[in-house]
Amino acid sequence: MTTTLIRPVAQAAPPITRKPANRVSRWQIYLPLGLYLLFTLVPFYWMVVFAFRPRGSDSLLPWPVTLDNFEHVWTGMGFSVFFQNSLLVGVASLISTTVIALAGGYALARYDFRGRQAFLVGMLCTQFIPGAMMLIPLFEIFRTLGLVNSLWALVIAETVFQLPLSLILISGFVKNIPIELEQAAWVDGCSRLRGFFAVVLPMLRPALVAVGSFAFIHSWNNFLFALMFVNEQDKFTLPVGLAFTIGEFSADFGALAAGGVVAAVPVVLVFAVIQRYLVQGLSAGAVKG
Amino acid sequence: MRVARSRTPYVLIAPAVIAMLGFLVYPMGSVIYYSLQHYDVTQPWDNGFAGLGNFRVLLFEDPLFWQSLGFSVKWVVVEVVLQLLFGLALALIVNETFIGRAISRALVFSPWAVSGVLTTGIWILLYNPSTGIFRYLADIGVGGYDTAPLADPSTVFAAAVVAELWRGVPFFAILLLADLQTVSGELYEAASVDGASRIRRFVHITLPHLKDAIILSTLLRAVWEFNNVDLLYTLTGGGPAHQTTTLPLYVAAKAVQSHDFGYGSALTTAAFLVLTFFSIAYLRLSKFGARS
Repeated sequence: MTTTLIRPVAQAAPPITRKPANRVSRWQIYLPLGLYLLFTLVPFYWMVVFAFRPRGSDSLLPWPVTLDNFEHVWTGMGFSVFFQNSLLVGVASLISTTVIALAGGYALARYDFRGRQAFLVGMLCTQFIPGAMMLIPLFEIFRTLGLVNSLWALVIAETVFQLPLSLILISGFVKNIPIELEQAAWVDGCSRLRGFFAVVLPMLRPALVAVGSFAFIHSWNNFLFALMFVNEQDKFTLPVGLAFTIGEFSADFGALAAGGVVAAVPVVLVFAVIQRYLVQGLSAGAVKG
Repeated sequence: MRVARSRTPYVLIAPAVIAMLGFLVYPMGSVIYYSLQHYDVTQPWDNGFAGLGNFRVLLFEDPLFWQSLGFSVKWVVVEVVLQLLFGLALALIVNETFIGRAISRALVFSPWAVSGVLTTGIWILLYNPSTGIFRYLADIGVGGYDTAPLADPSTVFAAAVVAELWRGVPFFAILLLADLQTVSGELYEAASVDGASRIRRFVHITLPHLKDAIILSTLLRAVWEFNNVDLLYTLTGGGPAHQTTTLPLYVAAKAVQSHDFGYGSALTTAAFLVLTFFSIAYLRLSKFGARS
């Protein structure tokens, strides 16, 4: 939309030679883009090569392909369990974050209530709270609640840290939906709740995709909470399992790479699917505030 | 009229408020409380009120506090500036129309989804002299066979910066691309009819439009880079010789390893204050939200 504008101009006089200033030549795009792609993809490629090629091989191609490393990390090193744990934490955080932020974000956007301003300011302040620094008090709380070594501690901590930005994003998005649309539904006899489900919810899809995927990816990737609140191996999440693989100094690079692939594939896939909506969702919501 | 419908908004927002009160505000309060206490799990006989004692130690007797704070600042500034520059350039490029744009976007944005620990795993492979890329570079005459960026104190900082850039640039690229897409095409059209060059249009249309997004994203990223410990914790462990220890890394080490919760809480409070003052000052000085 914003680029090359070739306009049919009826010209009688010989055209004034104006350089098409709005044209970018191909190489101005492909050269820097190619270099940057190299920087992005070589590290991924390195991991894939080490994961799939046989032990002791020196080849720069993952050939002949072997799944030995995967078998080793999946069954021998417990990555199948870590994977399940990460999946549980990721999905549970996604659901709780989205539902809580949806209700709260709608209230912030559509109602003017006492304490609203204070809540907004408080929410901004929470952005300065360092996660690493909540380790001690959160640990104490979870110990009191009997949630140490429970994956639910991770779900709670993840959700709470995701909430402020999610609330801001969703309320920004709801504000962009004309209230008249909802009012029309009410006039037609919908209750506020039914009007919400019929009119608002469908239009919130990009925002929900953004919030949900943020929540999933963040909790899938979180390391510090999992390291601190869980110390039984059958409760480890992937980042913790991976960190232990890195920490072993006899480092088994094939296992490290295969574990990395296991950790990367779900989030990279999710991300590949949603990144378009993410840009849309942010365009319409958060950045404008 | 809307204020009158009293209960609904409170019911809707209650879950968020309760969750944040219980697991953000209360813990933060208790950090401040503990920061005024001697509280060491391994030395319970010394526990008790400490007043500002922890802060006195922190300010005047703990060189590691100042060293880690200094490194935090250096880390944040270098990362945020480089991520912003590369991210902006990347956003401008993938905002153009060209063949292969959709797949290029998906690929260059993808490291954003990768965790700090995994980033460490990948770059350890790349940096290691026996498994990494430097061996192959040496084969074609670039550098030596013994290049080991993570083991060499003179290169460990740069090595960590590059690894974090790999993962961090997409954040800016995504946010700035989102904002670029809201620039009205008519403005560019008008400007180019008036004969404005690309550079002039960038300076006079694009940059002013992006201003708020840049301020907000750099602030969020600065706070995030300050607080984030995953990468450095696993990549360098804060070493060699505390050279790459950030303040949160120092806190995490105090909390996880030495169980000195009182002093750890004082460090936490100090970091929180630093961040809050920095953020307020940054928003004020950058005139966030002001129309130019």
